This record gives sequence, structure tokens and C-alpha cells, in this order.
Amino acid sequence: MRKLLLSIALLVVVASLLYISINPADFGYPTGDHLVFGHPKYSDMDDYFIHNGQNQTGANNIVTSIVFDYRGFDTLGEASVLFTAVLAVGMVLRALRRDAK
Amino acid sequence: MMSKIVRTQANFLYPLIMIFGFYIVAHGHLTPGGGFQGGAVIATGVALIAVAYSYKNVKAWIKKTKLTGAEAIGLLTFILTALLGIGSSFFYNWLANSGLLFGESVPYGINPGYLNTAGTLPIMNFAVGIEVLGGLGVIIMYYLHYIKEVSKNAV
Repeated sequence: MRKLLLSIALLVVVASLLYISINPADFGYPTGDHLVFGHPKYSDMDDYFIHNGQNQTGANNIVTSIVFDYRGFDTLGEASVLFTAVLAVGMVLRALRRDAK
Repeated sequence: MMSKIVRTQANFLYPLIMIFGFYIVAHGHLTPGGGFQGGAVIATGVALIAVAYSYKNVKAWIKKTKLTGAEAIGLLTFILTALLGIGSSFFYNWLANSGLLFGESVPYGINPGYLNTAGTLPIMNFAVGIEVLGGLGVIIMYYLHYIKEVSKNAV
């Protein structure tokens, strides 16, 4: 049963990858014949960030302006994940120290 | 404690690693990098010192309570900077283009990069850098402390 499910999942992945490689026009440049790096079919969001990022946030680094401004809430989650990880390490090592005595 | 050669190399490399880490944090809005990466580089310097000198010498210089305090202060500064823009929205960039600290506007397109720009982004970069430095540093110190308790010979 497990092997059957795994083989079905593998078949789905292989079929979708083959479909992309045969019909790249669905994911590629709007003119459609082949994939061009840096020219995805749907790029409204990227164009907005590239054209307005410097004016709105004043940062040259578009990645930083996305990480700390447009998607700042995500970075808050990352920072609290690190905080929680440090708390967990402290708690685990303290419990081990108590067991050793 | 490691040999004299390792300690001399660590003494030479430690300030360079610190300066490089603070450079990455301070230029997070101009060049690739930012708070997380720069904080990780600075924590590497802490790890270098802690390995070159033994833990029992280092724990007097690098206090765990100060590192956890730096972590908490960094996270609080990050959240407070985001909260100060709550008049428009959470994480609103209220300092950009205002003429205050970090408030200069930047010309559109390719430019050499001006440090006094980007509003709240450098403040958040510093806050996150301090937080990552404290967090990774205190993880290293916890592990070294634990290694010392498990085996008396190590470190």
C-alpha cells in the first residue's frame, strides 16, 4: 500500500515535470516559445517591487526592502523562531544537567 | 586551551570578523546581506574565541546573561520600530524620505549607494543583527557549557 502510494506520487511528479519540459510556453515568456531566465509569464508583483521599491522605502537593496518592509511580518516570525529556538536549547540543556546529578 | 599558534591566529582574525559582521549589518540596505547574515558572522567570531581559548576562560569574558539580554533587546527594538508606524500600518516605513535619521530619498535607478537612506530598514537590520548575535552566541555558550559537564577532558 505504501509502495503503491509512493509510486503514484512519483508518477505525478515525473508527469508534471515532463509536461513543463514539453510545454514551457505555459510558464515562460509571453511570446511563448521557450523559457527565458528573468522573464516569467506573470511578473506584475516583481515589476511593482522593482519600479517602486526605491521610491517607497529608499533602499537600494530590493531584497532587504521586501524582507523588512513589504514582508516585515514574515521577518518578525523568523526573529521569534530564533528566540524560541534559543529558549528551547536552554531548557533542554538545563534538564540534561539536572539529570546528570 | 588550544596552542599558541591557534590563539595568535584567533587574536588576529577576531577584530576582522567583527568589523566584517558589523559592515554587513550596517550596509544591509545597500549590499547583499543584512541583519541575519551579519549577526551570524559576528557569532562566528564568538565561536572562534570560545574554541581557541577554553570555555572556562571565555565564560568570564562573554556572559550568557548579557547575550540573552542583547537578544531580548534586539527583538523588542524590532517590534517597537515596527509598532511606531502603526498610524498607517504595522511595519510602515515611517522614516523613509522624511529627512530625519536615515531619511534621505534615493534617486531611482543605479546609484553609488548612500548610507543615510532607507528609513527604518537600517534600524531593523541593527535590531535583528543584535538579536541573531545574542541568540547564536548564547547557543554556542550553552553547548560548550554542556560539553564541559559531560566530559571533563573536552574543551
